[in-house]
Amino acid sequence: MIRDSDGAARRALSGYGGYVLGFISLFVIWQLASLYLVSSVLFPPPTVVFRKGVLLVRNGVLLEHLSASLQRILAGFIAGSLLGIPIGLAMGSFRPVRRVLEPYTEFLRFIPSVAMITVAVIWFGIGEASKIFLIIYTTIFIVILNTAAGVSAIAPDKIRAAQSLGATRAQIFIHVAMPATVPYILTGMRLAMGNSFTTIVAAELIAANDGLGKMLWDGRLFMLVDEIFVSLVTLGLLGFVVDRMFRWSIYTFAGKYSPAT
Amino acid sequence: MPLVSFLDVEKTYRSLQGVDYPAVEHFNVEIEPGEFFCLLGPSGCGKTTVLKMLAGFETPTTGQILMEGRPVTGASRDRGVVFQGDDSLYGWLTAVENVEFGLRMRHVGKAERRERALRYLELVGLRGQEQKYPAELSGGMKQRIQIARVLVNEPKMLLMDEPFAALDAQTRSLMQVELARIWQATRTTVLFITHDIDEAVTLGKRIGVMRAGPRSQVKGVVEVALNGARSRTDDAFLRYYKAVYEMIRDEVAKSIAGAS
Repeated sequence: MIRDSDGAARRALSGYGGYVLGFISLFVIWQLASLYLVSSVLFPPPTVVFRKGVLLVRNGVLLEHLSASLQRILAGFIAGSLLGIPIGLAMGSFRPVRRVLEPYTEFLRFIPSVAMITVAVIWFGIGEASKIFLIIYTTIFIVILNTAAGVSAIAPDKIRAAQSLGATRAQIFIHVAMPATVPYILTGMRLAMGNSFTTIVAAELIAANDGLGKMLWDGRLFMLVDEIFVSLVTLGLLGFVVDRMFRWSIYTFAGKYSPAT
Repeated sequence: MPLVSFLDVEKTYRSLQGVDYPAVEHFNVEIEPGEFFCLLGPSGCGKTTVLKMLAGFETPTTGQILMEGRPVTGASRDRGVVFQGDDSLYGWLTAVENVEFGLRMRHVGKAERRERALRYLELVGLRGQEQKYPAELSGGMKQRIQIARVLVNEPKMLLMDEPFAALDAQTRSLMQVELARIWQATRTTVLFITHDIDEAVTLGKRIGVMRAGPRSQVKGVVEVALNGARSRTDDAFLRYYKAVYEMIRDEVAKSIAGAS
């Protein structure tokens, strides 16, 4: 039999307690590794990185880079989703549309957005336009594919029920196909958000005047290892927070559409 | 005049390998207005095929299906369907919103459709559950939503495709009693598909027994002259049970032999 205290501990760990413990252990292992395993200036411990981070927050440098990256991600991500959802819905619903557009999606999705950086810079320069183009590019195909897959995964009886309840084709599209696809769309958007982080860093590494990727590049250029690590940790945290926010808003505002159920 | 006539209906499916499978052939049945018609048969005998054709989800290969003398072409709200699985419900809508669906499609005003939906939720015994989502309800309750969702639409006919087959035994027999009560109250014509003799004798006014597939057709029709509440222990009930059982026994054996 499980004793009560065991049960309580297990409950605490499966709630937020487990999260906190996981994060603490991550930093403890890092600290130990940098002190005893790889004792080198090239691998600073978290304490050093944290102090540097506080400094960079105080002088505003970190926030400037952070907001530059975040703005690009959001602009491209929203635009890419807004374009991808209707295309995906159309591809999933109408076979001719799928046949015509599949060559595009099936061809382009194998060209990684990182490989498109050069072209983007040539076309749009090193300003905002090239970054936003790349985020749209990295977002749109995942959203399209997930949306189309969602449409084709609708249980046939959902459609049949609507037909025998007197719904027209257009009504079935709006009132059945679209809401039934929402969980897939949200999953696609969540995956796209993850890719956006990869893409923005790569793009900023190569051509940008600010952003977390630029910070990484500068760190390499001037051998500011601490700054590199601040940028890396910021990316990890930012990704984590944004993903949590995304999940939270799904559960709060669209609980009935949440992918989990 | 019968409400529905199947006239020499045949349905042949073609497999991906190009092999033809005649599911039903020379299928003839007439369903009278207001009656509860059970179509009983061993699994794989094409019962569901018959229902799908009448619903308008599939078209007969040859022959004709007439409703009120006019051929059936496609799905229509004249023929409401209750499916076996709960995946026909809309998980993003509450129970009452699911029931309102057909009325909303016809642009019935908000207040009126809510009132009518609640009336039918009451009829199927779901009053108080109207704000719950299907995922929060049990299997039996979900089937009740399906029944209410179809009835509120006032179809000329109710098509039920083994609606209680996925429920546990207790819930199933409770739902049978409920359905009998609902049918007494509404007198909607019902075509009820089942493989369960007990269910057919409990509910049916007439029971069409089907042969094992392929080339399935109606072997015979048993008229059940029982009125009001039917009890499984009544002599009359047992007599009908036996009559139907004897008719279907060989077909079940054939169906099992064919499947193995």
